[in-house]
Amino acid sequence: MTTTPCFMSTNAGVPVARASTLPARGGLGLKPEHFRTILETLPDLGFFEIHAENYMVDGGPFHHYLTQIRSHYPLSIHGVGLSIGGEGRLDEEHLDRLAALITRYEPQSFSEHLAWSSHGDTFLNDLLPAPYHAATLHRVCDHIDRVHERLGRRMLLENPATYVEFAASTLAETDFIGEVVKRTGCGLLLDVNNVYVSCTNHGRDAQNYIDAFPLAATAQIHLAGFAEDVDAAGAPLLIDSHGAPIARAVWDLYRYTLERSGPLPTLIERDNNIPPFPVLLAEAQQAEELLQTCLSEAAA
Amino acid sequence: MSQFDFASALLDPDLPTPAGLTAWNGSDPAQRFRVYRNNVIVSLIDALADTFEVTQQLVGEDFFRAMARLYAYANPPQSRLMAFYGASFPDFIETFPPAAALPYLADVARLEYLRVVAYHAADLPGVGADAVAIALSDETALPTLGMTLHPSLAVLTSASAVVSLWAAHQGVLELSTVTPDMPETALILRHGLDVEVMQIPTVAGTFINALQAGYSLGTAAADAALIDAEFDLVSILGLLLQKSAITALHSSRRLS
Repeated sequence: MTTTPCFMSTNAGVPVARASTLPARGGLGLKPEHFRTILETLPDLGFFEIHAENYMVDGGPFHHYLTQIRSHYPLSIHGVGLSIGGEGRLDEEHLDRLAALITRYEPQSFSEHLAWSSHGDTFLNDLLPAPYHAATLHRVCDHIDRVHERLGRRMLLENPATYVEFAASTLAETDFIGEVVKRTGCGLLLDVNNVYVSCTNHGRDAQNYIDAFPLAATAQIHLAGFAEDVDAAGAPLLIDSHGAPIARAVWDLYRYTLERSGPLPTLIERDNNIPPFPVLLAEAQQAEELLQTCLSEAAA
Repeated sequence: MSQFDFASALLDPDLPTPAGLTAWNGSDPAQRFRVYRNNVIVSLIDALADTFEVTQQLVGEDFFRAMARLYAYANPPQSRLMAFYGASFPDFIETFPPAAALPYLADVARLEYLRVVAYHAADLPGVGADAVAIALSDETALPTLGMTLHPSLAVLTSASAVVSLWAAHQGVLELSTVTPDMPETALILRHGLDVEVMQIPTVAGTFINALQAGYSLGTAAADAALIDAEFDLVSILGLLLQKSAITALHSSRRLS
């Protein structure tokens, strides 16, 4: 019996930062305010994740610190600006910038959103919803095919948090995503907080959503905190704020997911009201405890 | 509903909620659409507040956010690289009537934007003092000697005390000692990992601008001396060397 969790030894012999996939451990979003703390303390974490667009700059401290941190940790590059759900064509210049970033940092994972964020020349800086019907399906699949072709690697697609639905939708979100996986071969990033937020906002059962989600194609999980509002009828309307600790109900749904998916790399997302590093580290460790439970239950 | 309708309504609070939106409980989708409207405009205002921190301190948060909101609706980002959002915000401030009483505000904003540009500019090593000394001693090449300056480097010439106002908000100067309408010229550059802001003589700024425009060292220095007999070439070159801001020596074809 060893005290080392078995998922930490799956890449035995290969330096962890050079492994080919993200480890099934807890990871954190990389924030500039934590660069120095991370390098000084080298915390025991599975990986870091960056937002691609923040690093599409020529030089300076961002690249300086990321280069050093990358030499110690596996990396996930998470795009927020590709606009895969957009009506227009993908921005080839943006794809070029992504390709350059991926060549430079050789991340274990690249992911983007099932959403749109640009229209014409305007960037809206938010992840916006699209109706789930045949036209959107064709468009999203064409865009993912193009990403695969340009980047020469498989991307992960993340399920969105949404606040409205469309009268024009003909497919459930999980069926839509399943169809995208079938047609493009992309992997999935399952944002468990988004599932909880969207299911609450649309009167659905979150566990049923997880049951219907293509877990076999899922390669990473996101966990985050939400803010609470109400809709015009007084029903709860949750907002994916990335600005609060992960809610108890989302931890529970995460456990429910792991029991079905098995252990998966799990990112704690925090982009607003960023607390001191140890607070985030504790959340990542909480995720690791659930990952370990899941492993030992699988082994039993 | 097209994304055009959706995007237009996000950026114009007076437009109605796009058609075709629904809610499971039959509630008015306008309230839900408001979440997107709010996310978009708040994220843009927050991005401006990150870049224009001192500008915000000078006018207060409420004034700043109201001004930023008007700017963001009229000038949404044209790029996905949000770090550089707000390039035209200083020009907007300059012609924003409620800010007319603060004539220095736009230049403080310009300085802050140049700091962001400097922070993310390319990494290039500076040439050493030895290389510069050798180039200066080559009398045949001297007339055409030009200098490439670090990509982070910029000059801001202002009719206001832009450096002092900025410094007073970094805790290095007492704000009450600053005379806002005293003209100052700022030199902004990144040295190693740190962005630095320095006050330099206006004529030194003119000299640097001439080097950046590709003029030879000789031409840039001679023009500067014509503008101001006090121009101190040795001291400004010393500063540029000390800050590793001269990144290449070359033969300039631009003599006048």
